[in-house]
Amino acid sequence: MEVVLDNRDLFLAGMLTTVSLTLVSYAAAFVIGTVVAAFRVSPVPPLRAAGAVFVGAVRNTPLAVLMVLFFSGLGDAGILFTRYTSAVIVLSAYTGSFVAETIRSGINTVARGQGEAARSLGLTFPQVLRIVVLPQAFRTVVGPLGSIFVALIRNSALAALISVPELAGNAEQLLTDTAQPIPIFLGTAIAYMMLTLPSAWVVNLLEHRLAVKR
Amino acid sequence: MNTRKWMLPSLLMTLVLLGGACGDDDDDPVAGQDGTTTTTEALPEFPAGSTMAKIQEKGKIVVGTKFNQLGSGIKNPATGELEGFDIEIAKLVAVGIFGGTVEEVEDKIEFKETITGVRESAIQIGDVDMIAATYTINDARKQQVDFAGPYVIDGQTVMVESDNTTIKALTDLNGKKVCTGRGSTTPANLTAKQIKPSELVLRDSYPECADELRQDRVEAVVSDRGILLGLVEQSQRAFKLLDIDVSEEPLGIGLKKGDDAFRDFINDRLEAIYESGEWAKAYEATYGKLGLATPQPPAVDRYPTTGTSTIKATTTVPASTTTTGGATTTTTTTTTSMANTTR
Repeated sequence: MEVVLDNRDLFLAGMLTTVSLTLVSYAAAFVIGTVVAAFRVSPVPPLRAAGAVFVGAVRNTPLAVLMVLFFSGLGDAGILFTRYTSAVIVLSAYTGSFVAETIRSGINTVARGQGEAARSLGLTFPQVLRIVVLPQAFRTVVGPLGSIFVALIRNSALAALISVPELAGNAEQLLTDTAQPIPIFLGTAIAYMMLTLPSAWVVNLLEHRLAVKR
Repeated sequence: MNTRKWMLPSLLMTLVLLGGACGDDDDDPVAGQDGTTTTTEALPEFPAGSTMAKIQEKGKIVVGTKFNQLGSGIKNPATGELEGFDIEIAKLVAVGIFGGTVEEVEDKIEFKETITGVRESAIQIGDVDMIAATYTINDARKQQVDFAGPYVIDGQTVMVESDNTTIKALTDLNGKKVCTGRGSTTPANLTAKQIKPSELVLRDSYPECADELRQDRVEAVVSDRGILLGLVEQSQRAFKLLDIDVSEEPLGIGLKKGDDAFRDFINDRLEAIYESGEWAKAYEATYGKLGLATPQPPAVDRYPTTGTSTIKATTTVPASTTTTGGATTTTTTTTTSMANTTR
């Protein structure tokens, strides 16, 4: 494991980038996902269609393809986002589509009568969602949303494809420079677990606190 | 990473296509790979018991080489024939043993594929008589095998946009954004030369680096000459190679350690083909078709048997005489990582 300890700065820098990619992308994905979920249950057909197309397109394309396509493709069109920004946009959109479907499933667990009751009290559709439906929907899907967060930590490794210096990419170059695969792979796995295991633990805690008791 | 597995085949395919395309304009040169050379050697005589005499008696020489590197040695998918500079050199050495012409000895050579990791052991167990496989001469390897040559100097270089006038020397890369392949030895090579780019962009394939260069995200791409030449062709000359050597690797012919008579023989033979112009013809017919100008042949290094001398072949190749650089497709060190991931 010496090679890992000797290069701990490289690992730490990689972890830091991975954490920042994950947090920023998840925050954006949460907003995107909520809006898209709202679109998909809205009474306006064009919005419903737009939501369905977004989820269908983004969720059914490999993340690696999206990453390179967005970065190089837009680059060819003369739109040059930085590597980090490109990675955040792609990770947020991709994760956002999963968040949207999860929240939509949460919305479906809220009894129909609640929405109808709220409408009959004179609330508009956005108000019904914001005040009555979404707060309950979120609480039922804390667990799945947490899983998506943990998946995002691992998915962020694909930012290496466009040379964002995160954990997995740094480790791979170190592997070439030192030719010591076993300690480097082990070190990388441990570094990822140092991020994912505490996240899973926090998710569990939140789930117990927030989940609707049935 | 998985992408590495298809990177090599796809790169090679690209190079094969490009190599074919750019070879069109010099179809007329002197010695084709099928050999239009007319040099005929008389049957030489060797001291009884020498490796040369044994090979001559056996009527066959077994040569280890690589089957998948355009320029140095690649199996032509259409004909099944091996083509490349290493192959031509092996044939010319064989002529020195069997006499006759290059075409006549072709039947007497058995080529065996020796990927990077198995070369030393292939020599040691006698699986091959000699190895010509972009085999970099270095002291670590001299502990296990001996080397004749070098017969060519290999190296990495720098590609920039054709209208770039700011990058002229390797030190100009300091503070610039540079792209190279993830998992290549380029980062280590740059560090060794104390070059510190402001950002070292690592992509999974070299066409992606070409994209980065075209989109002005980076200012230079550093890699093996053969790979970069392919990208230059593909860019329709929007890119150019600089006359810079990032790393220099003398390539030699590997043989059994301690077989000094065989080593001397191959060294003599190399000097003879330098002299006769057959070396240059072989170069033109192989690397020349990739667009490389034929350099001066490197001086052979008859190092003492202890195997500790360092090769300084560069001193014999004046940089001024090589217009687009005097080396070959892949550095052996890069090949190591590729061979390991594609195995």
